[in-house]
Amino acid sequence: MATVEEVLESVNRSQASKYKTIEVQKDIEPQLDLGNLLTVDQNPLELKKFRADKEVYLKSQARDNTQLLFNAIWKLPTERVEEAICVKLPETTTVLPREKPIPKVKPPTRWEQYAQLKGIQKRKKGRMVWDEELKEWRPRWGYKRANDETKDWVIEVPGNADPNEDQFEKRMKAKKERVAKNELQRLRNIARATRSKVPGVGLTPTEKPSKEEVGLALHLAKKSTASLGKFTEKLPKEKEAKHVGKKRKFEPAIGDFKKEKEQQLNIINLMENKKPKLDITKVKETQEEFLAMRGPPRKKGSGGFGKKGKAGKGKGVKGMGGKGKGKMGKGKGKGR
Amino acid sequence: MATVMQRIVKPKTQAAKRGLEVRAPKLEENDKVAMFIKGGHTSETITQVLKELYLLKKPNAITFKRKNIMRPFDDQSSIEFFSQKNDSSLFLFGSHSKKRPNNLVLGRLYDHHVLDMVELGVTHFRSMQDFPTEKIAMGTKPCLVFEGEAFEQDHKHRRLKNMLIDFFRGVKANNVRLQGLEHVLQFTALDGKVMVRSYKVLLKKSGSRTPRVELSEIGPALDLEVRRTRLASDDLYKKACKKPKKGKPKKVKNVKTDVFGAKMGRVHMERQDFSKLQTRKMKGLKRQAPSDKENAKKAKTESSEPSAQET
Repeated sequence: MATVEEVLESVNRSQASKYKTIEVQKDIEPQLDLGNLLTVDQNPLELKKFRADKEVYLKSQARDNTQLLFNAIWKLPTERVEEAICVKLPETTTVLPREKPIPKVKPPTRWEQYAQLKGIQKRKKGRMVWDEELKEWRPRWGYKRANDETKDWVIEVPGNADPNEDQFEKRMKAKKERVAKNELQRLRNIARATRSKVPGVGLTPTEKPSKEEVGLALHLAKKSTASLGKFTEKLPKEKEAKHVGKKRKFEPAIGDFKKEKEQQLNIINLMENKKPKLDITKVKETQEEFLAMRGPPRKKGSGGFGKKGKAGKGKGVKGMGGKGKGKMGKGKGKGR
Repeated sequence: MATVMQRIVKPKTQAAKRGLEVRAPKLEENDKVAMFIKGGHTSETITQVLKELYLLKKPNAITFKRKNIMRPFDDQSSIEFFSQKNDSSLFLFGSHSKKRPNNLVLGRLYDHHVLDMVELGVTHFRSMQDFPTEKIAMGTKPCLVFEGEAFEQDHKHRRLKNMLIDFFRGVKANNVRLQGLEHVLQFTALDGKVMVRSYKVLLKKSGSRTPRVELSEIGPALDLEVRRTRLASDDLYKKACKKPKKGKPKKVKNVKTDVFGAKMGRVHMERQDFSKLQTRKMKGLKRQAPSDKENAKKAKTESSEPSAQET
């Protein structure tokens, strides 16, 4: 007499044998990235099986790995979205490089800063405005706008205005100026936001520089190196520009004798003066201010700093002296 | 500085403005678009490979019809120009020469500059047409399987694995329909080669809720060998992989879900004159005005009277 349990067991076994198993045996667990539906299997591949029948082996490997992936996916929480059973995938774990750089946060514009300071809230204005003249709703800005003063066909000449002045022209000009100002402010905001390296001396003062301005900008850019442009590379067919930059003027070797005499005597007077060219007290004062700003030199731990400070001081004074000498030297050159 | 230029040049139409917004750098990026380019000389194998991989990558793919005489490893400027124009950051360049037969250059760009490039040679290729089985719909998100120790151990293969994931992963999805997981792409690294196989998934009954997976090969099947590589330096790669700090998720206006889970939204319409609605005209159902009706009746009686008189 077979017990109920035995019967049930046999039924289960027969049912189970109908369906193939979903279990997969692997030495090393493959890494799954469910967000990307990715399986990375690091198990060593069996070369014998591979060499025997490539396609069959690859297919069996693929099947096993996909089965593992699907087992994991079916464990995820499901939801019903419009007659289909969907599974919510987790975040991806593989790090993939971006397409474009991360956008920079725009710094607030001048107005935005002011508004923040004053606590001014932005108020959304509606698009349509009631136009009293035409007795209908018109857009606040743009095509066919309300209260468009440039479209007036009659303008009263104000009492203090020049009778020969064209009032219509005046209005058009005022509008153009407003547009230009707005554009300028927009560009300034952008420049401030990107904090684009503002070109320095003499470089492109206008938006559309002339040939000479561009040439000057190029010349200055080339020269602005530590070795004063001696080693800057030229383009293959670029010609060296001549007569660019400030021209230094020197007095002729044999010129105005009176002037030369005066200059030389001035120099000697300066040298013989009891008053120094440098005001040592002022130098000392500025030094003290500077040190006060930076803070007194720390005693312990940064004994080196203290030493440096002293050396710095010494150098400073010497440096000033040197500078003075330099000036004197230059003066001599001019005198010659 | 492309972004600054875009802002300085103010767009004059709404379409242009939207176009600029699509191309601008964002926190959540668009799905990467791939360019399929043919070189100066191509073989039949290579053109077929490009065609089929294009079908796999559709709709996020652009194919170039004409041949482009360029060498990616020598001069990257033309690829960068194409990337800028098409707003795409992946490319697959196919060419054929005696020295490099059946050559594929797989590459990706960051900020419209070349990040990584790997040159692969196709040693064996079987087209989708050689497999007579039923194929899958275009645009299905594939399941990716990578096998072989080389993909973890060798630096070049690791980067190649990353590029292949980037190239083939499809649309970024949060939800996936369980019945829609139909495509499997398998990449196996063995003997210095990379084998690419593509299968369709058949879900069979198993004893439990999770189905048993059976595969049928649909192609294409490629056997690739890794030739030259030009990989990005570590710091550039790190810079490209930087993740932004997640801000607040953007609120979608006007869309609400009710108790039953249905999505609701409000549509704002202007006042309509229902008598002047544009509908299909059926002449027979035209409603006659009362004056017309009387005229019609009069006409009828008049016509019947003389006939009555006659008789």
